[in-house]
Amino acid sequence: MKKILNAPQDVVEEMMQGMAKAHSDLVYRVGTTRVLARRYEGKGKVGLISGGGSGHEPTHAGFVGQGMLSAAVFGDVFTSPTPDQVYEAIKAADQGAGVFMIIKNYTGDVMNFELAKEMAEADGIAVDYCITKDDIAVEDSLYSDGQRGVAGTIFVHKILGYHAEQGASLAELKALSETLLPHMKTIGLALGAAIVPEQGKPGFMLADDEIEFGIGIHGEPGYQKVKLQPSQAMAQELYRRLAKALDLKKGDDVVVLVNGMGGTPLMEQYVFAHDVYALLEADGVNAVKSMVGDYMTSIEMAGLSLTLFKISDKAWLDALNAPVQTIAW
Amino acid sequence: MDLKQAQAWLNTFFISIEEHKAYLSELDNPIGDGDHGFNMARGCTAAKAALEATPPTDLNGLFKSVGMSLLSKVGGAAGPLYGSVFLAFAKASLERNPSDDYAAFLRTGLEAIVLRGKATVGEKTMVDVWHPFIEQFPHSASVTVIDALVEATKPLKATKGRAAYLGDRSIGHTDPGSFSSGLLFKAFIRSVSL
Repeated sequence: MKKILNAPQDVVEEMMQGMAKAHSDLVYRVGTTRVLARRYEGKGKVGLISGGGSGHEPTHAGFVGQGMLSAAVFGDVFTSPTPDQVYEAIKAADQGAGVFMIIKNYTGDVMNFELAKEMAEADGIAVDYCITKDDIAVEDSLYSDGQRGVAGTIFVHKILGYHAEQGASLAELKALSETLLPHMKTIGLALGAAIVPEQGKPGFMLADDEIEFGIGIHGEPGYQKVKLQPSQAMAQELYRRLAKALDLKKGDDVVVLVNGMGGTPLMEQYVFAHDVYALLEADGVNAVKSMVGDYMTSIEMAGLSLTLFKISDKAWLDALNAPVQTIAW
Repeated sequence: MDLKQAQAWLNTFFISIEEHKAYLSELDNPIGDGDHGFNMARGCTAAKAALEATPPTDLNGLFKSVGMSLLSKVGGAAGPLYGSVFLAFAKASLERNPSDDYAAFLRTGLEAIVLRGKATVGEKTMVDVWHPFIEQFPHSASVTVIDALVEATKPLKATKGRAAYLGDRSIGHTDPGSFSSGLLFKAFIRSVSL
């Protein structure tokens, strides 16, 4: 293992301190907790929190700030945060109108966030949540009961963040999340595995000339291993499945997210994006907004994911385009 | 059940988790992510330290302290499951002494697991040890029976929890959460006069 770190067990702690210091104009660390919260208070507005295992940076703390998340909670690398820490995030985010949690669909995350909700409710803080499950690659997975929550989750952060800032209630955010979620779908692919610092070895093995379709953001198995192929063929494979799942038709509008997994250069991400545009164009589907870069990573995993978000309501696009003050949006 | 017996139960459990942590993680390797033993051991060490720092004065305090330690230190899915069990025990012990009806007492823990994990019998989870142990209690209060219940998870196909994605490939492996639950019950029958 070759990494820039001190002791593997100190990675999350030291990263949090570095992040809080580097972006002290936007965020602060809540005491000695595993929570980074935004400086902007948002009095009287619903607080929005998210979180999960570390190793997906800039997710989640990169999206903390005015117009997006109120606070993010850090678990150990690829491990769900504990409920007491999630509860700290809830307390930091609560500005009197309750707190909405955006949870990615992993068994541990769901349990720990639900427990934190119970703790908060016992203390009189209203809490509701949504569970993102945008990864259509596989039905059940290593850490999830049902489909996994992956890169599409950042659209939920952004759109709900916009509406929370506009003063939407807890119930309105819940309803909006339910409308949005079925419109975003993701599939990933990997060229090589990530190494969890405390484990010190790759989470899975691929041959030098092999790639895997459908991989998860913790290196969970996908649906097929194949020989390395041109970017065009990879784009075709992911796009076809997404287009089918979203029932894309000529004239539809989509937001395209090409998300690097941490070990794939932007150069390659843009090559892949170029191939996706060709497929969209051939189908007469309009890319009304694009994002290309590392948004929901898997430490140093080489690979990327493609998310398509079908815009059925122009207001969603406006919410995505509204300015925010965060580290990474 | 007095405080001393309950403490003996939990201490025995903590020791056996520590003794079996490598084995538990090994069980977790083929069908999970290989950290069950280490996570549980971390939680039990924290629970022990919390009890030493602030000795509980009654059963409620004991179970609550252990529940909170496991919740905040184990992580993953096992933390909330075991944490919820002990918080349920804490609540149950406020209402009446566990020894009035041990099966009913333990059932409050099972109900917490089911509520949290949404698993039912036969899905290759810890429920497959908890449910029969409680239903057959007190006949199940023997090491032989508990071992048999744990062993019986082997042929099951996982449909819940992190082994579920393996489907048929989960068959033939002992469920790690069932094994650690077996340790909890073995510690229970060793420490508590039935």
